[in-house]
Amino acid sequence: MQLIDKTIVQNYIDSFANKEIFIHLETTNGAYASHKDESFLNAGAFIRNAKIRFSLGKITGEGPYRIGLKLDSGWVYGEGLTHFERDEKGRLLMAGLNSKGQLAIALELSETPFD
Amino acid sequence: MEKERHVLVVFPHPDDEAFGVSGTIAYHVQKGTPVTYACLTLGEMGRNLGNPPFATRESLATIRKKELMASAKALGIQDLRMLGFRDKTIEFEDEKTLTDLIYKMILELNPSLVITFYPGYSVHPDHDATGRAVVSAVGRLPKELRPKLYCVAFSNNCEKELGSPDVIIDVSAFAEQKLATIRAHKTQTALFYDEFSKKLNKKDPDAFKWLHYERFWSYKWTD
Repeated sequence: MQLIDKTIVQNYIDSFANKEIFIHLETTNGAYASHKDESFLNAGAFIRNAKIRFSLGKITGEGPYRIGLKLDSGWVYGEGLTHFERDEKGRLLMAGLNSKGQLAIALELSETPFD
Repeated sequence: MEKERHVLVVFPHPDDEAFGVSGTIAYHVQKGTPVTYACLTLGEMGRNLGNPPFATRESLATIRKKELMASAKALGIQDLRMLGFRDKTIEFEDEKTLTDLIYKMILELNPSLVITFYPGYSVHPDHDATGRAVVSAVGRLPKELRPKLYCVAFSNNCEKELGSPDVIIDVSAFAEQKLATIRAHKTQTALFYDEFSKKLNKKDPDAFKWLHYERFWSYKWTD
């Protein structure tokens, strides 16, 4: 993965518009956050291989970036995105990594289901 | 320590075997005891992707699988079983299915010692769920036929509630192997390893103790 280039990522997002695609969306603080600090509320979520279709998708911000995808009847939203890669399967893999390289958010789009 | 007939280790993530148990595994391998390591997931949801990143969320599984195989090799484990579950989902699987799977392994291997996480005292929900399934599987055997069940625990309240660990194993002879297996999981352990090496160089007594002694709680059966 490399640091997000907004123009490139915007073009990639556009290439997934108006198609039935699969999404992986995840946020995490790490499984040990509340172990290290008992006052910390550990919250996170992931959804993998949900099928979506969006008509409009945008990347915004000056980095870390935000992404919003407008669905027929709803939205997908993610913030804190720093890195991206278009992998060999044509999937758009985006992540927000902190200064230690730890993932805080992943947002991935694919025309085929994720493994 | 007596020689075991067969040791079965059951953990959910590649690298769970490296931290608190690798010295004990190396000890048994050296004694000539067959060791089976059943690892439930490939740690697909691990958080460490490196800076600059060396992996993506999607490539992490393949990388960690290789690391797991390298770790097993460093320890001399000949029977490594990757059970194909997904990281973070163990507690949501059907408990009977998991227990059946582990019970079948116990019948097949007839271990004299089983090592897993202490359910309720192991912080990560996958750890606790794995421990629960192993305890249920071992508990299906009549009491007199059960293998010894050593559990790893590290929640902040574990000593307060479980008391001191009753099994402490001196693994100082296997310190190098222990470090090698931690290094084998380099995508996940690089941050830890750097800090730990510094502590060892400064002769930090806690780091030294952690490296040379492994602690287990025998599972407290209620029947």
